[in-house]
Amino acid sequence: MSTELIAWPSSETATPQPFVGQLHQWVTTVDHKRLGILYILYALLFLVVGGVEATIMRIQLIRPLNHFVSPQVFNRMFTMHGTTMIFFVVMPVMFGFANYLVPLMIGARDMAFPRLNALSFWMTAFGGLLLYFSFVGGDGLYGAGNAPDVGWFAYAPLTSKTFSRGHSTDFWILSLLVSGFGSIGTAINIIATVLCMRCKGMSLAKLPLLAWLNATMAGLVILAVSPLTAAQIMLLVDRYLGGQFFDTQAGGSAVLWMHFFWVFGHPEVYVLVVPAFAFASEIIPVFSRKAIFGYPIMVAATLAIGFISMSVWAHHMFTVGMSAAGNTFFVLSTMAIAVPTGIKIFNWLATMWGGQIHFKTPMLFCIAFLFQFLIAGLTGVMQAAAPFDWQLTASYFVVAHFHYVIVGAILFTLFGAFYYWFPKMSGRMYDERLGKLHFWLFLIGFHLTFDFMHIPGILGMPRRIYTYEPGRGWDIWNLIVTIGVFFQAAAILVFIWNLLWSYFRGELAGNDPWDAWTLEWSIPSPPPAYNFADIPEVRSRRPLWDLKHPEDPDWHYE
Amino acid sequence: MSTSSASMLEPPIQWNPPARGSVAMYCLIAAEASIFTIFVVAYIFYIGKSLTGPQPQDVLRVPIFFTMCLLSSSLTIHFASKSLRGGKVRSFALWWLSTIALGALFLAGTAREWFHLIYDEGLTIQTNLFGTTYYSLVGLHAFHVTVGLLALITVSLFTLFGYLRQEHAERVEVLSMYWHFVDAVWVVVFIVVYVVGR
Repeated sequence: MSTELIAWPSSETATPQPFVGQLHQWVTTVDHKRLGILYILYALLFLVVGGVEATIMRIQLIRPLNHFVSPQVFNRMFTMHGTTMIFFVVMPVMFGFANYLVPLMIGARDMAFPRLNALSFWMTAFGGLLLYFSFVGGDGLYGAGNAPDVGWFAYAPLTSKTFSRGHSTDFWILSLLVSGFGSIGTAINIIATVLCMRCKGMSLAKLPLLAWLNATMAGLVILAVSPLTAAQIMLLVDRYLGGQFFDTQAGGSAVLWMHFFWVFGHPEVYVLVVPAFAFASEIIPVFSRKAIFGYPIMVAATLAIGFISMSVWAHHMFTVGMSAAGNTFFVLSTMAIAVPTGIKIFNWLATMWGGQIHFKTPMLFCIAFLFQFLIAGLTGVMQAAAPFDWQLTASYFVVAHFHYVIVGAILFTLFGAFYYWFPKMSGRMYDERLGKLHFWLFLIGFHLTFDFMHIPGILGMPRRIYTYEPGRGWDIWNLIVTIGVFFQAAAILVFIWNLLWSYFRGELAGNDPWDAWTLEWSIPSPPPAYNFADIPEVRSRRPLWDLKHPEDPDWHYE
Repeated sequence: MSTSSASMLEPPIQWNPPARGSVAMYCLIAAEASIFTIFVVAYIFYIGKSLTGPQPQDVLRVPIFFTMCLLSSSLTIHFASKSLRGGKVRSFALWWLSTIALGALFLAGTAREWFHLIYDEGLTIQTNLFGTTYYSLVGLHAFHVTVGLLALITVSLFTLFGYLRQEHAERVEVLSMYWHFVDAVWVVVFIVVYVVGR
């Protein structure tokens, strides 16, 4: 290590700044690590907010004819919950991890465009504030409801001036527009970083899978969030300039909005899940003590998923009355996407096969992810069949399916990523006992909630209803589902307590607590502002392995 | 971690990653292209669906001259960046200013066309689906021309005050990629609005 030889001013040796000075440093920072942490903290805040909204809905549905909240408030809750969780929790947290990890993993000192990076973060942050400002400013002069209540996909004509008075829908449009520009900026930055900032020797075939997958995610953001931006502009034209894009009385088409929204909406799912795959692809090999199985196939499968995901959107619209040819195309393309996804699952399993598996908290979350993502994929294939979807569309079966993906797959790997990289980001180990408690509580809560949510869906319970009559066979299932929510909430509290406690009291982690193989573990925890004193040179996919084992480096075999 | 631990047996590494400016511009162009795609799809979808007049065939006149202006500005900006690459700043300034002039002329053409449509034909963005989609699509493009012009003018100010040198050729080329894209979009808009839709 040559870092000791150079007298860089580091945060440890400098005299501690007063609070205002530190705050100023964080607000004006262009450091990818600080921006990454800002993204992550911001997303955690909104995770709690979105979780509270979900809890309110579940308390309302705990028994038939309940009156915990009014139907109007219920509508606002499901709209805000969906919008918050997608745009202000999962996307920012994924951008946060990409920001933090991609430059470290590819041996760079920062992202390609640090100031664009800061701009993108603050756009996303103010987008979220704009959405929540609707609680205060949504009324307008009309006394017409505050927060948006049009559902997260905001179908026309609900969003027209006639049916959505006041400003709540405008806040929804503007917040997604603003944060959308932020997302596109970050996506451009990630691609430019991965392609142009790699350290010497890190060819595309030696890129860590996390960098590959995040670049794919960024490509999807560029191609998928832009259509949403376009559609939001059209909606603004309709609402403010008197345009007629989605005004059916003037010959406009409500179905066109559905197409435009889902052209964004389905690739968006892969925007969220591909970084989750990235975490699994880094964590599973390290805790199986084996190199990832089938690296080139993993990359190819990821690109195939990205490609196919652009052509599946109308499976959200089987009941809208498309032509038989249209339905058939989207059935087949949707089923086709299960193939590269299945390849990935088998590759992760093959990585674990014969490995020396260490059941640490990050690995536990990833193993649960494998099982749950399989089930989520299988219910996805079920609904890809149009006739089956005609029965179950807009029912709780669909709600259960996509929560199985977003919670069971994405949130689980995210928790794994939190525990895996927490030592790197904070310099301290998390508490393993609390981590395991978090895992088991959340696992039980997740399965209570989302396994049993499939059943009222099959029994015909539609999504988004604020209450239901007793005696339809839905009562017991809704009760179990709501009980699961409390387990999940308890698990989240354990998680936050673990983060806080470990940040102040945890054992010092050292550079490389997991004996891992990628470059971020070669530098101190937390990394210095400049990341690498010497820019490393790379000759294989596991550069740190090569350094630790000069007698048996990977590049002899690759 | 130092490179000194690398043994003599390791093969030497060839390394020239792509330039981040052009990669980012290609990404931005991809994003912009998707935005335009949605507007173009909406325009095509609504051709002939307006419930009331005026219809495109009654009011639209093909802006051949202004289209020539915008397309030839692609040529002038190409010569401009080529001059800068060769270190001829004066020749660059001439080509660059003519690009700005051609772009501005195109915008003036759009303004004139809109003035005619609004005051003579009574077509506004509220009139019918044709009005909504026409002003949105052409307006989105005109907005991009405006942004491009502002960027071009910024560069010309730098040139005027003598801050522009040969070493900036790469950055100027990244900007000219954007300008070429705006021109290419006009080709699509022209075909959709003035040929197919009329």
